[in-house]
Amino acid sequence: MSETAKTKAPMEPLFSKKNRKLVTDPLTDNNPVTIQVLGICSALAITVQVEQGVVMGAAVLFVLVLGNLIISLMRNLIPSRIRIIVQLVVVAALVIIVNQVLMAFLPDVSEKLSVFVGLIITNCIIMGRFEAFAMANKPWPSVMDGLGNALGYAGLLILVAVFRELFGSGSLYGFPIFGSPIPTPDSPLGTGLYAMGYMNNNMMILPPMALVIVGVIIWVQRSRNKDLVESH
Amino acid sequence: MAINKDSNAYTLTFAIIMVVIVGTILALLSVSLKPMQKKNAKVKMKMDILSAMMSTDEKNDLNRGNTEAKFDELIQIEKALVLDMTGAIRSEISGKAVLDVNIRKERRDKTLAEVDKNYPLFIGKKNGETMYVIPVVGNGLWGPIWGNVSLGEDLKTIKGASFGHKGETPGLGAEITQGFFIDRWIGEEISVAGEAVKFEVVKNGSGSDQTKVDGITGGTITSVGVQEMVNRCMKPYVEYFKTL
Repeated sequence: MSETAKTKAPMEPLFSKKNRKLVTDPLTDNNPVTIQVLGICSALAITVQVEQGVVMGAAVLFVLVLGNLIISLMRNLIPSRIRIIVQLVVVAALVIIVNQVLMAFLPDVSEKLSVFVGLIITNCIIMGRFEAFAMANKPWPSVMDGLGNALGYAGLLILVAVFRELFGSGSLYGFPIFGSPIPTPDSPLGTGLYAMGYMNNNMMILPPMALVIVGVIIWVQRSRNKDLVESH
Repeated sequence: MAINKDSNAYTLTFAIIMVVIVGTILALLSVSLKPMQKKNAKVKMKMDILSAMMSTDEKNDLNRGNTEAKFDELIQIEKALVLDMTGAIRSEISGKAVLDVNIRKERRDKTLAEVDKNYPLFIGKKNGETMYVIPVVGNGLWGPIWGNVSLGEDLKTIKGASFGHKGETPGLGAEITQGFFIDRWIGEEISVAGEAVKFEVVKNGSGSDQTKVDGITGGTITSVGVQEMVNRCMKPYVEYFKTL
């Protein structure tokens, strides 16, 4: 596994090729959702609208980068038998601290995020990266790894959400794309495409369609890059 | 001196130190931020009451900064009162004290008998028309939901509403807070000939009928939660309005 390889050179530049690869790899060929198959649950739950994908992506980015840093700083102190518990405590404490501070100083942001708090703590990408990378690597590469994986996750969430919001609700980031399905006195079917008989696909709103879309993305990605196909 | 990191003593010591440190940080943070969070919650409660009286444009202009001023302008707090479940006025709580009645807490409180629960009523005036704002509370899919419903001068037509939730699914159940869902409640009547009606959240798009409201696709349980909440909470008020 390339990501567990230790960085040996003591004076390695901050943005060396290896470090940059830590950020760019999870965006494509080592995507946390499509290749590592982590964080699927939240990808199903909150990809109904693009906006939610963006908010969740930002929240995970913050927690993953900071959490990877903290775990990496403590990696030589953590007793291996309770390491999973320690990781869980770090995630939960981070999320609760952030939420408490937001509730006091930025209550409007906190309201937007409140539903995501539980989803962040249980997001397996975070625990997965702590265990697979931060426990065995220095702080800086861990930060880069956190950044890359969170961006890869956010990118996929947004990609799935674009399909689901466009075909499920006929809008993108809340802006109507196909007109309005609400009947008006002169056109009983609504305006825009809806006036010609177009209808939103309600199935796109339901969670199983996210699984289908993620499946299609995995299929497309693997058919374009045969190296990603597992041999049995 | 090398420490054996696999020993029980090290593992136990690490766990204890970690718990003490994290526990202290969280406890300190919670205690020191509580007053600010309480103040924010109070402003939010007033915002919710006001939103129930407002059109979408007015709601967009409402923010935490101007809430207090708007609240004093629109709500006649000295007229606020509290009912019991039969619709009789509880004379011991009135005016400003009504704001301290926490119906969400009362609903959570399993030891509180139904007869002891409070049903607050706020009376406001907007553009010369008297409006009655009724706070409601109920259960969604994942946790509590709440809201405010405002009635017009006829004491039965819904003029506006605001809904909130703790943790409904984003994009599905959480959509109850959105204008499109609230608009479906406006114009409905809570009583026919003095008797409370039973609202029904429907799936087949027949929401334009009296007492029927279109639900949210993919958010059925939350929509039904709103239906149950409005039906249950309106009863004492319908009884009270009969006596006016």
